[in-house]
Amino acid sequence: MPQAPAARLSRTRRTPSRLSRALGWAAALALALNVWWGLWLSPPAPSGNSAPPGVVEGQFVRMLYVHPAVATMCYVGFGICALGSIAWLWPRTRSPRWDRLAVAGAEVGAVFCAATLVTGSIWGRASWGVWWTWDARLTLTAILFALSLGYLALRRAVENPHSRSVLSSVVALLMALTVIVDHYATDWFVTLHQGETLFKPDPSVYGWQLATMIVSFVAFGLLGAWLIVHRYRLEELEERYGSLAFYSAVVARRSEGSSLQAGLGEPAGAVGFPRLEGGPSGAVPTRAVAGGEVPEAADIVEPAGLAGPAAGPAAGGNGQQRVGMP
Amino acid sequence: MVLSARLRKAVALAGRYPVLAGADLDLLPGEILVVRGPNGAGKTSLLRVLAGLLPLVAGEAEVLGLDPTADARALRPLVGLLGHHGGLYDDLTAEQNVRFAAKAARTGEESAKSALLRLGLGGRLAQAPAGKLSAGQRRRLALACLLAKRPALWLLDEPHAGLDAEHRALLDELLAEVAGAGSSVVMASHEEAATAELASRVVSMAGGTVRNGLLPPASTSGAASPPASASGAASPPASASRAASPLAGVEEVQVVA
Amino acid sequence: MWRDAALVAGKDLRIEGRAKVSLNQVGPFALVVLLLFGFAFDQDRPLLVQAAPGLFWVAVLFSGILAVQRSFSVESSDGAIDSLRLSRLEPAGIFLGKVAAVAAQLVVLEALLAVGVVVLFHSRLGGAGLLATSAALSTAGVAGAGVAYGALCIGLRARETLLPLLLAPVLAPVVLSATEAWRSALGLSSGDGWRWLALLGCFAAIYLAGGSVGFGALMEEA
Repeated sequence: MPQAPAARLSRTRRTPSRLSRALGWAAALALALNVWWGLWLSPPAPSGNSAPPGVVEGQFVRMLYVHPAVATMCYVGFGICALGSIAWLWPRTRSPRWDRLAVAGAEVGAVFCAATLVTGSIWGRASWGVWWTWDARLTLTAILFALSLGYLALRRAVENPHSRSVLSSVVALLMALTVIVDHYATDWFVTLHQGETLFKPDPSVYGWQLATMIVSFVAFGLLGAWLIVHRYRLEELEERYGSLAFYSAVVARRSEGSSLQAGLGEPAGAVGFPRLEGGPSGAVPTRAVAGGEVPEAADIVEPAGLAGPAAGPAAGGNGQQRVGMP
Repeated sequence: MVLSARLRKAVALAGRYPVLAGADLDLLPGEILVVRGPNGAGKTSLLRVLAGLLPLVAGEAEVLGLDPTADARALRPLVGLLGHHGGLYDDLTAEQNVRFAAKAARTGEESAKSALLRLGLGGRLAQAPAGKLSAGQRRRLALACLLAKRPALWLLDEPHAGLDAEHRALLDELLAEVAGAGSSVVMASHEEAATAELASRVVSMAGGTVRNGLLPPASTSGAASPPASASGAASPPASASRAASPLAGVEEVQVVA
Repeated sequence: MWRDAALVAGKDLRIEGRAKVSLNQVGPFALVVLLLFGFAFDQDRPLLVQAAPGLFWVAVLFSGILAVQRSFSVESSDGAIDSLRLSRLEPAGIFLGKVAAVAAQLVVLEALLAVGVVVLFHSRLGGAGLLATSAALSTAGVAGAGVAYGALCIGLRARETLLPLLLAPVLAPVVLSATEAWRSALGLSSGDGWRWLALLGCFAAIYLAGGSVGFGALMEEA
């Protein structure tokens, strides 16, 4: 059920913050470390006849420092999306926070998924000589990517913010279930079918290689967290500007009939909206409503994510620009 | 005194646009309320809110004793909505459409048959696929589906559109009968002449708000009990209109004789 | 709930009986898809026999998407969704009714396609038990997921393109499992096909249960 934009505060004005800056610098540092160790310090795997079969040879072992971390972050991102969706759907914990987290997780997960497919493909080319193979896990990752694209397309296709949250949470849940079932199924079937090409990391990773791999996990983890924080904030900002426009839109809507309402008009404040704190903003209608107070822009949090028509109709003083429903 | 419907400062959204921006309305049982207003004023949205199809984001509402936002599932079977689209299945015959509507509303086959006949769709027309009917006939078929449901609140969006004079009279007769039996009717209509005699009260809408939507407290307390007999004219509307006439700004009050 | 499902299924099938869209349009489309596969493989006979189960199920997937779109366009063409919301029908019942109707149409299409596969790709049918059970479970899964996602898309702009985008990756595992089951039934692979049934059953259960529970919410937001 949609809620009206509540009064009160979000301090968010831009997406960076102390937390995200800290994360960002840490991520940059860790990535730099990863690159340095990965490309220079750690030794290449043994190649030639001494190499165990199925293991990446030579310089290509350096993929070890990118691919597993990226793949893990992909699953983490989608996991966050699924958990956020569940939290949103559960009536007790429903809050726009979870919905924002879900979309942030999904988008970041999708990016990492694409990276997983690319790095996995490169690695596959290196070890098996082909760009793609119908390995169970690769196929699953490809399906996962397609699912995430569908989720993101759905989010863009729905205008009503409440509907968008409901529909995308349901879809995220169904997709999570599908992925879990697929994952266990592929594990199950792979053990039954011998002769399936399986990607197994070299079990004898140690020393510098292990250390670098750990660094890579940390680095990409921080990078992912940084991206999610920014995406979350971005979503929050969009909703905030939407609710500012909501009040303007209501005033503009009422004033469509103001000529008829002359003499019987009520002050806009009497409609029951909270009196909003004043604040500097350009997106406020300046035309007077009969007997009414024009609400100032204010900081609003936990809105229903409503973005009314752009300040255009309100500021332009022409409420008829938007074709409303009769 | 029980009101059929009550809205206070109702705000509803379509996507991100406030189609209702603070609507106030009172509705008595047995009333035929006509809602006028220019295109885009919010008449259809008002009807959908009353039907429980459009949730409110602000304000209060009570329809037939239920909250249309929270108790929509319980409210919806009790109302009947005739929108711009008829909600018909083009490939089914008229009779099959009404039968489905009756079964879906659990009101039985008999109500389906009688609804068809009441709207003048018996005989050959009943066996025609809905897609082949003319616009006016489709309107009547949609009304028949509505009638088969026997709702306590009728919400009609431009019901006279597309009907010829004979069938308009049929519709008016039907609505008067229905209102006399205690159901309330809210009708959004552009047509002054067609609704002049029928309406017990007229309100207008503009900019997502309703003008004259509220009834003065005197009239709501004066109308003691919902009329149950079909014999008398609807007395609440009559007393409401009498009480409403001294109000400033009320343009016209129609009394159902 | 079951009474509502029967009512809605009956209504959908009656509409299909009158309009015959599945029979006249989706069926021929599916057959044309098979023909196209034949051309694409350059009529390479042994290859076609090997590939037949997969091609069959891909054709079923496409037909399923069309059938679901048809099922919902019937509702949205005249705003019948509002009437459904305003009725006393339980959403879960509406869901199951629609699933039953789509599944029934799919079964007929599958029979048609099976004949097509035998004729065009020179497959030999066998292992009827496995073929039939896996087909039944996959059909349930396809119909269940299809109707759930169809309800989701019904109110959206660009729904004709969004539905295939959402549905195809979701149904990919179903297609895969069904293909493997059929390949083993037809003797084209050495694995044990019955194990795939468990996976198919899983999907069918998830979508039928999830769809029933969630259909009310999905109908609301359309």
